Amino acid sequence: MHAVVGENGAGKSTLMKILYGMQHPDEGVIRVGGKPVTFRSPADAIAAGIGMVHQHFMLADNLTVLENIILGSEPRRGLGIDFGGARRKIKEISDAYGLGVSPDTLVEDLGVGARQRVEILKVLYRGARILILDEPTAVLVPQEVDELFDNLRGLVREGLTIIFISHKLDEVLSVADAITVIRRGTTVASVLPRDVTARQLAELMVGSELPSPETRESTVTEQVALSVRGLTVRGADGRAVVRDVSFDIHKGEVLGIAGVEGNGQAELVEAIMGMRPAEGAVTLGGADISHWPTLRRREGGIGYIPEDRQRHGLLLNSPLWENRILGHQTRRPNVRGPWIDRAGARADTQRIVDAYDVRTPGIDVDAAALSGGNQQKLVVGREMSGDPVVLIASHPTRGVDVGAQAAIWDHLRAARAAGLAVLLISADLDELIGLSDSLKVLLRGQVVADVDPAGVTPELLGSAMTGAGGHDNAPAVPGGGGTVAAGGRGDDPVDPDKPADPSAPGRAGETPAGEGA
Amino acid sequence: MSSSFTDRLLGRVRLGGLLALAAPVLAIVFAALVTSIILVLTGNPPLHTLLLLVDYGSQPRTIVNIVNLATTYYISALAVAIGFRMNLFNIGVDGQYRLAALLAAAVGGALVLPPVLHVGVTVLVAVAVGGLWASIAGLLKVTRGVSEVISTIMLNAIATGFGAWLLTTDRLAVAVSGSNNIGTKPIPASGQFPGFAMIPGTQAKVFGFIVVAAVLGIAYHVLFNWTRFGFNLRATGASESAAVASGVNVKRMVLLTMIISGAVAGLVGMPQLLGASYSYSLDFPTGLGFTGIAIALLGRNNPAGIAVGALLWSYLDNSSDILDLEGIPKETVIIMQGTIVLSVIIAYELVHRYRMSAEQRRVSRQLSAGTGAPAEGAVA
Repeated sequence: MHAVVGENGAGKSTLMKILYGMQHPDEGVIRVGGKPVTFRSPADAIAAGIGMVHQHFMLADNLTVLENIILGSEPRRGLGIDFGGARRKIKEISDAYGLGVSPDTLVEDLGVGARQRVEILKVLYRGARILILDEPTAVLVPQEVDELFDNLRGLVREGLTIIFISHKLDEVLSVADAITVIRRGTTVASVLPRDVTARQLAELMVGSELPSPETRESTVTEQVALSVRGLTVRGADGRAVVRDVSFDIHKGEVLGIAGVEGNGQAELVEAIMGMRPAEGAVTLGGADISHWPTLRRREGGIGYIPEDRQRHGLLLNSPLWENRILGHQTRRPNVRGPWIDRAGARADTQRIVDAYDVRTPGIDVDAAALSGGNQQKLVVGREMSGDPVVLIASHPTRGVDVGAQAAIWDHLRAARAAGLAVLLISADLDELIGLSDSLKVLLRGQVVADVDPAGVTPELLGSAMTGAGGHDNAPAVPGGGGTVAAGGRGDDPVDPDKPADPSAPGRAGETPAGEGA
Repeated sequence: MSSSFTDRLLGRVRLGGLLALAAPVLAIVFAALVTSIILVLTGNPPLHTLLLLVDYGSQPRTIVNIVNLATTYYISALAVAIGFRMNLFNIGVDGQYRLAALLAAAVGGALVLPPVLHVGVTVLVAVAVGGLWASIAGLLKVTRGVSEVISTIMLNAIATGFGAWLLTTDRLAVAVSGSNNIGTKPIPASGQFPGFAMIPGTQAKVFGFIVVAAVLGIAYHVLFNWTRFGFNLRATGASESAAVASGVNVKRMVLLTMIISGAVAGLVGMPQLLGASYSYSLDFPTGLGFTGIAIALLGRNNPAGIAVGALLWSYLDNSSDILDLEGIPKETVIIMQGTIVLSVIIAYELVHRYRMSAEQRRVSRQLSAGTGAPAEGAVA
């Protein structure tokens, strides 16, 4: 198992695209099993036994596992499709490698971890002997990561080769047999995991000091910036996806929301931004904004770093300076009355590019031409401009390299010290624990626990996120989510009923609610 | 991960300057080639036929006709392009302009007003009718989620039926003297839009409405590139999800865009009505809205590109009149028009792919070169 690590924009994805035949090398040779090969397309790479598991799953939800796997390479029998043969083959592969995938389940019924196993099986089904995994753990909780690694070790035992791309250096160190570090398109080091520490590896990647998300000295004030009371969001079928969520964020406070993805975080954020209808009250600096449209909320001082920057944060085919206007199209320096102020917007884009170290040849290139980390720096810079009162940051450093991550953390910390209230949603538990002043755990749309970030480890937080025991399918306990999270471990800092530290801001937020009710 | 095929098809992806020109030129050359092959297959000399088109098309009288028809096409294509810019397929320009022209003709023929005001009121009626008719499709989409493609096509059929019902002697029509045609009461001189005899060598006049068309083109450019509204509209077209997150009220934008597109569509019949026929009769030109779709595609929703597309289309339409006289099927030109549209789309796609990979190479090259440069700069 060979790990490739490097900053965003270091060339990892390009390298993988070349290995998978999606892009052509200008120079150099690729050898598979000692034989030089040239790939014109992914089909050539597949024929040579190379398979790719993408970071974003490419599965059709409404098809079964079997249908998804054979899609594109359907085994024929006469004029029809040989479903029976395919089913047997899938079972064989699944059993041989211990993937535990059942061919007739609908993909929409599968969890994230299982979907990933389906992706792996899909690649194996096509006869791959070399697997490329692009950031496979980005979407998994610690427990699922362990399962994945067990599976991967099983594959390696069976003689397969795995190329593994990750930002999470601890993971790389624990599973990889060899590590290649690339920076700005060249190999800067080839190391063995037993010879390096995570810190050394990170320093090799960025070529400088390792960042840390730690923020210890509290800047929390008494002033409530954003208050949410009894927020309930219903899905299309009328079922509550966010149920009766209440919290306060004070000026200078970072409130972290922990939870396995798909437990209502996205809906909660969209409800606060006014993008989704919701019941309950949202107050911004004393003003009831529950019925304000998105634009007015933004104008009122809510900055928004969306979860999916490409879908919600950027116009990929527009130049950077137009992207600067997005979300701020009613405010200076972007507009004057109904007119776009090109000069103003361009100058301010340049300011963001400089201040946030967005690596770009200019502000006229399309956002799509930038690497993910640089796109994110632009988004963060934009949302920090115009002096926001509250920042909703959804996965602010997802898919971002260590260098950019450190820069974004620095900006968040500085803004927090200056009195910004931040709602932080993240799947990176170290980031959540390090940056947050208080933490709430969201499970099936409900707050099931208040956690003091000072005394919790990622493992404990991970258990709380999955409902204490780590049982993915534990039934919801009506009206008593707290008991699920408590899990009978009395000495946990994860205490559902009251925060471990009575002076924690989470507690302070509870009091006005009680008075109001 | 970047743009979808429709984004590129509808010109929401920018193309570099010279490359953007190369695509249509290549496509036209290719279309001429395909047409030549078809001419050879049908036993007609290709070079001779093309020369006939050029020769007839460059006569002063034909030039006036070309410019006049192009004016109409231009407005129609602009109306379509407004929708395209935000992912709305207003297929209903055809019905919108026919209904608008009919009602405007009826009002213009019935009123007695001073010259400028008379034209103004007639045009205003056309704009209002076009906008209202299109707003039905917009409302259906916003409130019920009905695809505007379906609703506008159906509204075209309804407009045809409604128009036929209105254009009877019981209601808005009178018999046209000296024929069995019927039409609205002719608009008196005060309500006519004067033309200019600007092409030397002919008495035929260019529609005065060409000025309005030019103003519309400029307004289109300003709206999309310099106003907040235009920015919101483009943003919605480029990424609805990003627009929603940025605070754009997408439903409101859909409705407004549909109304604006329809209002412009209402003007499509005006050059002909106020500059030539002065009455909406049974032989009022039809199908202009569909031509507009093809021209908007050709011009990639760019006001200058649309002008070139409209002139080209009109040139082919007008100069083809000579072919019948020479015994060559006039439909040859339709083949050429169809081939141009198809090959332009393919050419734009090829150019786009070339440009994308070129830009990515350029960015990575500049960045790898740039990382050295600032460091040196800092030292100095």
